[in-house]
Amino acid sequence: MGAYVVRRLVFSLFVLWGAVTIIFVVLRLVPGDPAYIMLGPDADQAQVDALRAQLGLDHSLIQQYATYLANVVHLDFGQSFRLNADSMSLVMQRVPATIQLATTALLLSLLIGLPLGVIAALRAHSWVDRTISVFSLMGQSTPSFWLGIVLILVFARGLKVLPSAGSGTWSHLVLPTITLALPFLAILVRLTRSGLLEVVHEGYVQTARAKGLGEGIVILVHALRNALIPIVTVVGLQFGALLGGTVIVETVFAWPGVGRLLIDSIGRRDYGVVQASILLVATIFVVINLLVDLLYGFLDPRVRLAGD
Amino acid sequence: MTDVTSTELDLTTATAPLVKSKRRGRAGSARIRFGFVVITVYVVAAIFGPWLVRYNPVDTRTADRLRPPFSRLSDGSYAIFGTDQVGQDLFAQMLQGARISIAVGLATLVLAGTIGVTIGLSAGYFGGWLDGVLMRLADIQLAFPSILLAIFIAALLGPSVVNVVIVLAVSNWVTFARVARGQALATRRREFVDASRTLGAGTWRLISRSVLPACVAPVLVVATVEIGHVILAEASLSFLGLGTPASTPSWGVTIANGRNYLADAWWISTIPGIALAFLVVSLGVLGDALRDRYDPRLRSL
Repeated sequence: MGAYVVRRLVFSLFVLWGAVTIIFVVLRLVPGDPAYIMLGPDADQAQVDALRAQLGLDHSLIQQYATYLANVVHLDFGQSFRLNADSMSLVMQRVPATIQLATTALLLSLLIGLPLGVIAALRAHSWVDRTISVFSLMGQSTPSFWLGIVLILVFARGLKVLPSAGSGTWSHLVLPTITLALPFLAILVRLTRSGLLEVVHEGYVQTARAKGLGEGIVILVHALRNALIPIVTVVGLQFGALLGGTVIVETVFAWPGVGRLLIDSIGRRDYGVVQASILLVATIFVVINLLVDLLYGFLDPRVRLAGD
Repeated sequence: MTDVTSTELDLTTATAPLVKSKRRGRAGSARIRFGFVVITVYVVAAIFGPWLVRYNPVDTRTADRLRPPFSRLSDGSYAIFGTDQVGQDLFAQMLQGARISIAVGLATLVLAGTIGVTIGLSAGYFGGWLDGVLMRLADIQLAFPSILLAIFIAALLGPSVVNVVIVLAVSNWVTFARVARGQALATRRREFVDASRTLGAGTWRLISRSVLPACVAPVLVVATVEIGHVILAEASLSFLGLGTPASTPSWGVTIANGRNYLADAWWISTIPGIALAFLVVSLGVLGDALRDRYDPRLRSL
């Protein structure tokens, strides 16, 4: 298990290094001086010179890259020129709101998605299954920014039962959570259904049935446990899409998280904050995938033994 | 004689699942028909609609602002989907939007497909360190929420139709690369490829005549599955102000404009969203059905 953990850790660091490098390359591929791009047209020459010195733009590309990496390791993305504060600490202030939204959406998807997937698999090819499948396809195809607007129209403007924007109470959390959860929930239903259908004909499920166990126990204890293994991985991967989705949902509902900060900062060309938010979200995503991989190794011994 | 029998036996086992599915009719015929019909309607509307219903982006008619669906306008015409905040007919705007969505979707797939297939074929055919480097690059990108990458690049490039295509192609090539690599790995050691090689075919000829054709079917299936996602991503970027410019009437832009008029004009945001969702659902149905019929192994993608 130790070697497996180390291997996954190294890969995660490698991915983060890749993300940092991609940001560096893209910033320099775009025409124009990165310092000008980052500061925008309103900056005066002294600011530009200061940032050029900080980014090391007067050095060779290799040196620039080294300086950039060193700054990133110290979580230094420079000052936000708009809010006159350290970029990374601005982003960190917004993290709790985003985590809160993402976690409630994840819980809601699991609470509804898993049971619906099990029901669809148990009643495979019946009208129940077809209805669930149609709804899950619609859930995956509905643009979340549009769903958010429709929910605001119905529940905030029409019925006036929930607030349309802002945060603070649980009622503020309802509409953004539903909007963020729906596509994820839909994927979860499909995965659970197909995962269960794949294991349902396996020998150990037949054995459980032959022992005279009830169908409920056969499915929930014997089949679902093994069907869950691939689901766990995809849930980890899809959590990235969920984090990306917070950008849109936070914009629609004026939710004070990292996503909205990111979009605001792009609009104001505050690129230090933009880089800091993207890297932070990427880090959260990589850490979650690392945890999922470790959990996967724990659930399925074949995975961790494969490379040892 | 024994050889013949064993071949026959092999054939029966190999075709057994096919026979089974034939009994229920070919997999997904109804879904494929449904998808094709809906998508044809959208494509026809996108190509011919803007000729039939005129749309002029600078034409503002304050007398006809925010009229609800089915109202008569000052010039005597009917606006079946209502008008927006500057008195533009919403239906005409949506026909233009269909053009943009479908064009961006197709252009992105062509670009992402070309990049992905080239990288995937090179990685799979040549193998070795090239394969290692390219596939680690793909792993890095998969381990990174693609919408974030798209937002970052779009923010630096600025909003324009061409930039949206570039951004979405850069964030979607990996799926194509993986499929093409898989096919190249499966094909390059097959007997007919060895035969061509023995006959003196060069690397380029082997790839273009033997390996590439094996990729076409799975790549087309993946493209059908992906185009819905691409169209959704374009609308999301445009909604955020990072996709098509605010002057272009794409669906995402129209939905974003309608947000400021939710209290007075629900239709501006709602109707284009329904059109968008229905197109993406139909593409999803068609993609899934094609995949089930032609390549069930791609199900995990």
